[in-house]
Amino acid sequence: MKECKALIIAGSAGSLEVLLKVLPDLRTDMSFPIIIVVHRKQGADFLLADLLSARTKLKVKEVEEKEEIMPKTIYIAPSDYHLLIEKEHTFSLDYSEKVNYSRPSIDVTFQSAAEVYTNKLACLLLSGSNADGVNGLETVTHYKGVALAQDPSTASVSYMPEQAILKVKIAHILKPEDMASYINSLNQPLTVQ
Amino acid sequence: MSNQITISDEQIEFLLADVLAWYGYDFTGYSRASLRRRIHRVFGLDKQVSFAEFRYKIINDKSYFKRFVEQITVNVTEMFRDPAFYKTLRNLVLPHFGTYPFIRIWLAGCSTGEEAYSIAIVLKELNLLNKSLIYATDINPIVLEKASQAMFPMSQMKQYSENYISSGGIKDFSSYYSANYSLAKFGDELKSKIIFSTHNLVSDHSFNEFQLILCRNVLIYFDRSLQFNVLQLFDQSLENLGYLALGTKETIDFSPITKKYKRLNTEKIWRKQGERV
Repeated sequence: MKECKALIIAGSAGSLEVLLKVLPDLRTDMSFPIIIVVHRKQGADFLLADLLSARTKLKVKEVEEKEEIMPKTIYIAPSDYHLLIEKEHTFSLDYSEKVNYSRPSIDVTFQSAAEVYTNKLACLLLSGSNADGVNGLETVTHYKGVALAQDPSTASVSYMPEQAILKVKIAHILKPEDMASYINSLNQPLTVQ
Repeated sequence: MSNQITISDEQIEFLLADVLAWYGYDFTGYSRASLRRRIHRVFGLDKQVSFAEFRYKIINDKSYFKRFVEQITVNVTEMFRDPAFYKTLRNLVLPHFGTYPFIRIWLAGCSTGEEAYSIAIVLKELNLLNKSLIYATDINPIVLEKASQAMFPMSQMKQYSENYISSGGIKDFSSYYSANYSLAKFGDELKSKIIFSTHNLVSDHSFNEFQLILCRNVLIYFDRSLQFNVLQLFDQSLENLGYLALGTKETIDFSPITKKYKRLNTEKIWRKQGERV
């Protein structure tokens, strides 16, 4: 990947433990934003932000609508809204119908981000029990972005990354212990030309 | 979704210009990411094959245009959504109106009416319904027609009843409706205090002065400058010491009206602080 403008990490059941493992090892001078979309119960938003910010020196915050997307920041999609990306690199929220029985839907965020960041987008799909995110990864590859999946043998619920690997051309299948170093390797926008 | 024909950004701008020119509906201040997704969605749902045909149909077929508007605006809502919000409304906001001779409430973007009936129920339980009038407005006539029927799917009632109870409801929720096969019909007493009417927040003016304005999960679909315009419209339509309630993820911060308002505890409710000298 030549230049990464955004990384989205998404998942459902069993993805939180992976995030908690990966975050502490991330560089703190990230040249791109990290956007996290996880399925969860309504209302536990602050908890998740607190939980994750305890594991990293990067700024962690829940998305505010129309907020400008900045590097060196980890953004968390609020529960019960779809998260979309605008052309001018701001966030939009949307309370429309659930997609794949989910809101936020991973597909919605992946697809919307793919249209904006095209080949400068990396999306990582983690553990989960449904196939939300798989169509979105397909869109990401359509725009020549990088599709990534957790190694299903390491996932506490393997269905989501399995479906992704089955249906989409995945660039790298990653074990949780290898994710941080892979993500850190994307962090060199100016040296590779 | 990913394999269908993609409508380009330029084509979307054409379409919005058409809709404004032919019908006077101005969607140009809507956030593009969401709007784009909604347009793609209706295009796919209706099995449209080309953009040119789609555009022609929207311009020339008035009934299809109505469907288009219904589909690109989001009409997902529920009764007593965000129970904590309704609890604050019940305990901290509406009791202030106890001594008022008459209570006017504007629910902007009411969609199919679930929130309007929810508010009417709270007013009734506070013995305020008799002197209240809820103006429930939406851009979209089709959803208002549904709203005025006061009928919602029975299958939703379990969820709504749970919401109602956690919002501080004190009665048996099922006492508010009668079961009619798959539908729950809400009583006329509630409905008689609600006026459903079309109003376009983008282009229509203030039409009254209110003690409480609710507009939840509508501003998220607007860009910043349209949001500011609409907040100013609300400000013009709100009495001093009146309340403005927005959705969980919406705010008046950064807007021109923010100085005149004071936020109420943790909910997205602000009180107008009267004129500053």
